[in-house]
Amino acid sequence: MRVLAAMSGGVDSAVAAARAVEAGHDVVGVHLALSRMPGTLRTGSRGCCTIEDSRDAWRACDILGIPYYVWDFSERFKADVVDDFVAEYAAGRTPNPCMRCNERIKFAALLEKALALGFDAVCTGHYAKVVEDADGNPELHRAADWAKDQSYVLGVLTHEQLRHSMFPLAETPSKAEVRAEAERRGLSVANKPDSHDICFIPDGDTRGWLEERIDLTEGDILDVDGEKIGSHPGANAFTVGQRRGLKLGTPAADGKPRFVLEIRPKQNEVVVGPEHLLAIDEMRGIKVSWAGLPIDEVLTGEEFDCMAQVRAHGDPVAARASVGSADGAPQLVVRLVEPMRGVAPGQTVVLYQGTRVLGQATIDSARSALRPEPAGLQG
Amino acid sequence: MYVDHAATTPISAPALAALTRELSRSGNPSSLHGSGRRARRSVEDARETIAAAAGAHASEVVFTSGGTEADNLAIKGLYWARRAAAPERNRILCSTVEHHAVQDTVEWLERHEGAEVVWLPVDGTGVVSLEALRAALAEAPERTALVTVMWANNEVGTIQPVHAVAAEAARYGVPVHSDAVQAFGSVPVSFADSGLATMAVSAHKIGGTVGVGALLVGRAVTLTPVQHGGGQERDIRSGTLDGAGIAAFAAAADDAVAHLGDEGPRLAALRDRLIDGIRREVPQAVLRGVDHPAPEGTRLPGNVHFTFPGCEGDSLLFLLDLAGIESSTGSACTAGVPRPSHVLLAMGLSEDEARGAQRFSLGHTSTADDVDAVVAAIGGAYARARAAGMAGHASSIRTAGTGFFS
Repeated sequence: MRVLAAMSGGVDSAVAAARAVEAGHDVVGVHLALSRMPGTLRTGSRGCCTIEDSRDAWRACDILGIPYYVWDFSERFKADVVDDFVAEYAAGRTPNPCMRCNERIKFAALLEKALALGFDAVCTGHYAKVVEDADGNPELHRAADWAKDQSYVLGVLTHEQLRHSMFPLAETPSKAEVRAEAERRGLSVANKPDSHDICFIPDGDTRGWLEERIDLTEGDILDVDGEKIGSHPGANAFTVGQRRGLKLGTPAADGKPRFVLEIRPKQNEVVVGPEHLLAIDEMRGIKVSWAGLPIDEVLTGEEFDCMAQVRAHGDPVAARASVGSADGAPQLVVRLVEPMRGVAPGQTVVLYQGTRVLGQATIDSARSALRPEPAGLQG
Repeated sequence: MYVDHAATTPISAPALAALTRELSRSGNPSSLHGSGRRARRSVEDARETIAAAAGAHASEVVFTSGGTEADNLAIKGLYWARRAAAPERNRILCSTVEHHAVQDTVEWLERHEGAEVVWLPVDGTGVVSLEALRAALAEAPERTALVTVMWANNEVGTIQPVHAVAAEAARYGVPVHSDAVQAFGSVPVSFADSGLATMAVSAHKIGGTVGVGALLVGRAVTLTPVQHGGGQERDIRSGTLDGAGIAAFAAAADDAVAHLGDEGPRLAALRDRLIDGIRREVPQAVLRGVDHPAPEGTRLPGNVHFTFPGCEGDSLLFLLDLAGIESSTGSACTAGVPRPSHVLLAMGLSEDEARGAQRFSLGHTSTADDVDAVVAAIGGAYARARAAGMAGHASSIRTAGTGFFS
């Protein structure tokens, strides 16, 4: 196969490319330029946009003996990932930009260009597994190493996208193994630190970065009964589940800490309350997609058992899900068997059965059985 | 098939012979003993040879580490020296199609040294406007430190009216620098006849080695040094000279200039064959620079530059590379990030037009077979690159957020 290896400059993608070469594929390395103004040096462990990352990727390709190119996706990245990230926060939601990048950049813009140029697949250093069913249709599964598993951020990939995806690190027992392999192969990135933060926020200060880009207007902080108990500098500077920074002068009647339960961007209101009201029993999702072919229950509209996960390394919880429709678009309803904390609109819920990823949706609203009104986006 | 001679060209046979001869000897040309004298002799022979090839006097040749250093030394050196003589002289008149070695140096002086830059526009073929130059000079001649206009453009091959530029500036006594890295060895260049104050040349573009170049500095011209040390080169440039590289440079220059009469027309014929071939295979492709057929002395004999509508230059480069053809998008990159060329934008192209650029540059090893191989590959590569589309334009792959169900 002709394989395009997306090379971030990190150790995972370098080893993934090496394995693709070793498997006998015809591999070309491509580094995605995602910023118009790459930093001159890497700061800490972050980034996918620095000159040093680009050089590290280049060096890895040299060692593997494969061609190396830099492709400019900075405009698409800005429009589809960065601007979207800001817009989602401005609308009071909590987006996951890495998922967005996988959905729109790596496995859409890049994949499309690769296919047009004659490649058969895009290879990345993600820890996840694509397996084929008896009819050759792709299924997405968790990686062998659940601690490193990244199937969550790939949950947004569709049948078409998975058909052309290659994740050579699927069966790797651990990250340490990948580093050891990089060392053995003479790849200089063997000991490069992992990247953790959002690549386009170089100092890791997401809140500060957002505040420079979102207009904040002072508004009210309400309790669960709708009583005003304070004011805030701007509703969209808060996230559901947040406890610090509320600056409420008077303590709650029961003396317990209060948490952000809900953000109402339209009314510019923040609703706070006790911790137990953060527990969510049901969520509804939009922008539904299936990772490969949908399971039968999706087509019949029946409810099915699954595990639901709402963040990259969050614990999955047992749930029953079904697909209906709302406003003419598919709507995923996920009823949790055990309540889950820390669910915010804008997050992605990924559904699993065993190791298999079924699909995902963007959380539009989340409900706590203990609260009379459904929490979530109003109006 | 190597069609990227403007980036660097293979070492020529006489240069390789000179290089290996000198590499096996030792001696610092500044030393006074026997080895030093021998090394000095070789360097001074080379200086005379290069001076003769460039139409200059030997004492006007200042060896540098290459074209970039020569451009830096000329522009910063002239700027500082001119300002030292008269502090109000802070204007730099610079064309909009300069190589980064010139453009970035000028912009650095603007940011850090109080320079005021007047950018001289070019026409659609890349020729600098003499009218704009005249107006800029006349506006404040007493405040003008220098003018800098390249001899020939590295991307689109357009040859500038350097003599006319120098003549205009001479009326006000303003010195002119020219980056002649692409011109020297490809077209007739005479420093003495040009009226230039300084002129940058490079060895590896004409069959010498990378890491050697020279700045020709008129005998009456004062430059403030950029790099300090032993003052080896007229006290203008310090650093131990690369004797072997300089000997190879001289041999390459001598060879290139001696064969200019045959090689120029030979390359021009190959160039025209390549232009005709690409136009036949890809009628949508647009030749950039001087129109075809280019009158002699208006376009570098080895330069072919096209923009291919609706596709990315780097896609085309990739596909040609796959087909064994080594070409270039023609412009420099930042961290390998391809940006639309400032040269093409200055010539009036849109960003999308400029993104589809591809430069094919011929040199002393080029043959008709090379040209025919490019022509044979270009149609298929273009079709495929066009299908791959443009960066920044929407993807047609439907995803969760873009109507997966629709």
